[in-house]
Amino acid sequence: MALVRALLSEDIPRSRVLVALLVAVLMGLAVAPFAFGGARALNTAATICVFIVLAASYDLLLGYTGIVSFAHTMFYGIGAYGVGLALSYMGATWWAVFSGLATSLVVSLALALAIGLISLRVRALFFAMITLAVASVFGVLASQLSDFTGGEDGRNFQVPELLRPGHHFVEGELLGRAIDGRLLTYYLVFAAAVAVFLVLLRIVNSPFGRVLQAIRENDFRAEALGYRTVAYRTIANCIAALAATAAGALMALWLRYVGPKTVLSFEVMTDILLIVVIGGMGRMYGVVIGTALFVLAQNYLQAVMGRAAEGLSALPWLARALHPDRWMLWMGLLFVACVYYFPSGIVGRLRGRQE
Amino acid sequence: MRAPAADIAPALLVLGVALAVLPFVSFSAWVTLTVAGLAMGMMVFIMASGLTLVFGLMDVLNFGHGAFVTVGAYVAMLVLGPLAAWTGADSLVPNLSAVALAALAAMLATGVVGLAFERAIVRPVYGQHLRQILVTLGGAIVVEQLLAVAFGPDPMAVPMPEALRGSVVAGDIAVEKYRLFAVVLGLSVFAAMFLVLDRTRVGLLIRAGVENGPMVEALGYRIRRLFVAVFMAGSALAGLGGLLWGMYREMLTISMGADVLVTVFIVIIIGGMGSVGGCFIGALLTALVANYAGFLAPKLALASNILVMVLVLLWRPAGLYAVAKR
Repeated sequence: MALVRALLSEDIPRSRVLVALLVAVLMGLAVAPFAFGGARALNTAATICVFIVLAASYDLLLGYTGIVSFAHTMFYGIGAYGVGLALSYMGATWWAVFSGLATSLVVSLALALAIGLISLRVRALFFAMITLAVASVFGVLASQLSDFTGGEDGRNFQVPELLRPGHHFVEGELLGRAIDGRLLTYYLVFAAAVAVFLVLLRIVNSPFGRVLQAIRENDFRAEALGYRTVAYRTIANCIAALAATAAGALMALWLRYVGPKTVLSFEVMTDILLIVVIGGMGRMYGVVIGTALFVLAQNYLQAVMGRAAEGLSALPWLARALHPDRWMLWMGLLFVACVYYFPSGIVGRLRGRQE
Repeated sequence: MRAPAADIAPALLVLGVALAVLPFVSFSAWVTLTVAGLAMGMMVFIMASGLTLVFGLMDVLNFGHGAFVTVGAYVAMLVLGPLAAWTGADSLVPNLSAVALAALAAMLATGVVGLAFERAIVRPVYGQHLRQILVTLGGAIVVEQLLAVAFGPDPMAVPMPEALRGSVVAGDIAVEKYRLFAVVLGLSVFAAMFLVLDRTRVGLLIRAGVENGPMVEALGYRIRRLFVAVFMAGSALAGLGGLLWGMYREMLTISMGADVLVTVFIVIIIGGMGSVGGCFIGALLTALVANYAGFLAPKLALASNILVMVLVLLWRPAGLYAVAKR
C-alpha cells in the first residue's frame, strides 16, 4: 500500500468507483494483447496509452496552470516527426530512435521556451492566440516542405529489428498470441506511458504543482506572494511540451508512419481538449478515464453511428447528422455541454462532495 | 481606437515596406502584387474588425468568429445560386445588384447567428477567459458541422460575377478587377466604421467603453446592450468578409473560416487588441508582406505572418496602437 501511495505521489483517487475504473483501465491495457485479439483492438489500446500521456501533459497546462495552448499537437508532431524522419533517413537503428528523440526534445524545449517568454507575460488569451498561430504555421510547413517531411502523404519507415512484427522471440504462441516485435513495441509504449504519467502526477502534487494551481486560481495573488508567475508558467509549458514530444515519439514507433493528418491536424488538438474537459480539468486521473472512453468511442461508436445513419434513411437530415463523418458535431455539442454543466468532469462528479 | 493624430509611424511603415520592395521587382509586377496585397488586406480587415471591437469592448475573445465567416459565405452562395442569370449577365448593374443582395443576406444571417451565439455561447461564461475560449471554440465546431450537415462536406464552387472577372490592363500592367472591387469595398467599410465611431453618439460610447467600460456604465449607459449590438455588427462584417473571401477563392469549404481565423488573430494582435485603426494597418501590413514574400521567397511566405508579428511586437509590445487600458 505504501508503495502504491508513493507511486501515486500521495494523490489517491478518493472514490471507490474511480479506483475501480482506473484499475480496469490499467489492467485492460496491461493484458490487451492477450485478452483482446486482433490488430484493431491492440491499436486502440496503444492509442489509449499514447493519448493518456498527451492529454495528461495538456492537463498540466489547462487544468493545473489555467492556460490554454493550441500548440500541443505541434509538440506531439515534433516528437513523431523527429523519430520518424530520423528512422527513415538514418536507417532503422536504435541510434536513430534515440537521436531523433533527443533532437525533437531539444527543438520542443526551445520552441516552448520561446513561445512562453514572448507571450506568457501577457494574458491567457494572448497565449492561446499565439500558440494557435505558431501551430498552424508549423502544420503548413510540415505539409509544404514535402521533400523533407513527405508532405501531405507523410512518411512510412522501418523500426529497429527488435520491434518489427516479423521478429519472433520464441517459436509458437503464448495464449494465442505470437511473441513478436509488435508485442514488444506495445509493452514499450505501455511502460513509457505509465512512467511519464506517474512523473506528471508527481509534478502536479509537488510544491511546484501547488504554485501552478495558485497561479490558476489567482495569478495576481500568487505574484504578490512572491512567486514569479511568468517563470512558473513557462516551466509548466516546457514540461508539457516535453511530455507531448515523448508521446509523439511513441506514436511514431507504434504506427511506423508520420503524417500531418495523424499528428498535426487541428482534430487531434480538439480531441485532446475534449478528453481533458470530459475527464475533468485539473484532475490527472480524469485524463485516464477520459482518454479510455474517448478513444474507445472514436474507434467503435462511429461504426454504430454509421449503422444508425443507414437505418434512418427515411429522415435524411438526421441520417446525415449521424453520418460517421459528422462525429465532430456530437463531440462539439458534448464539449460545450461539459464546459457548461460539468466543469469538473467525470472525476469531479465521482468524487462528489469530497472535492 | 482612433490613433492620436501624431502617430503615423505604422502607416508610414506600410508605405515603406511597399516602396522598399520596388527596386527588387519590375514595376508592373509591383503594381500587381501591391493591389493583390491591398485586396487581401481589406478582406482580412473586414473579417477582423468586428473581432477586435468585441474584444476591446467586453474583453471577449471569440474563437467562433471564423464560423461566422463560413456561414456568411454559404448564405451568400445560396443567394447567388438562383441569381445565376444576373451574375452571368455581361453587364455591371445586374452583377453588382446580385452581389449586393448576397451581401445583404449574408450580413443579416450572420448578424442573427451572432446574436444567437452571444446568447447561447458567450453570455453564460462571461468574464471567465478559460471557459470562454473553450466554449466559443466548441460553438464554432458545432456551427461548422451543422453547415456540413446542411450543405455536405465537399468544397463547393461559387460563381464569380462576369463583370468582376478578368483584369484591367494598362500597358504592361494588369490588375484583376475583383481585387480592385475588394479594395474599394474595404476602403468604404473602413470609412463607414471610422465615421460611425468618430462622428456619432453610439461611436463615442463604443470608444469610451473600450477605454473604460465601468465608467461608461457608471454614467448610466447599458454597456451590455451596446456590446450585443457591436457583437452583431461584428458578426455581420465577418459574414460580408466571408462573401468576399469565398468569391475570391471561387470555392467554399467548411473550414474556410477556421483557416482564415489564424490570420485574423495575427492581425488583431499586430494592431493592438481593441484598436480598429491598428487592425486596418495590421491587415494591410501582413497581406502586403505575404504577397511580396510569396513572389520573392516563396518558402519564406509560409511563415511571413508570424515573422511580421514577432517583429512588430518587438517594436511595440502591445501592438501598433495599444489601447490605453491594456
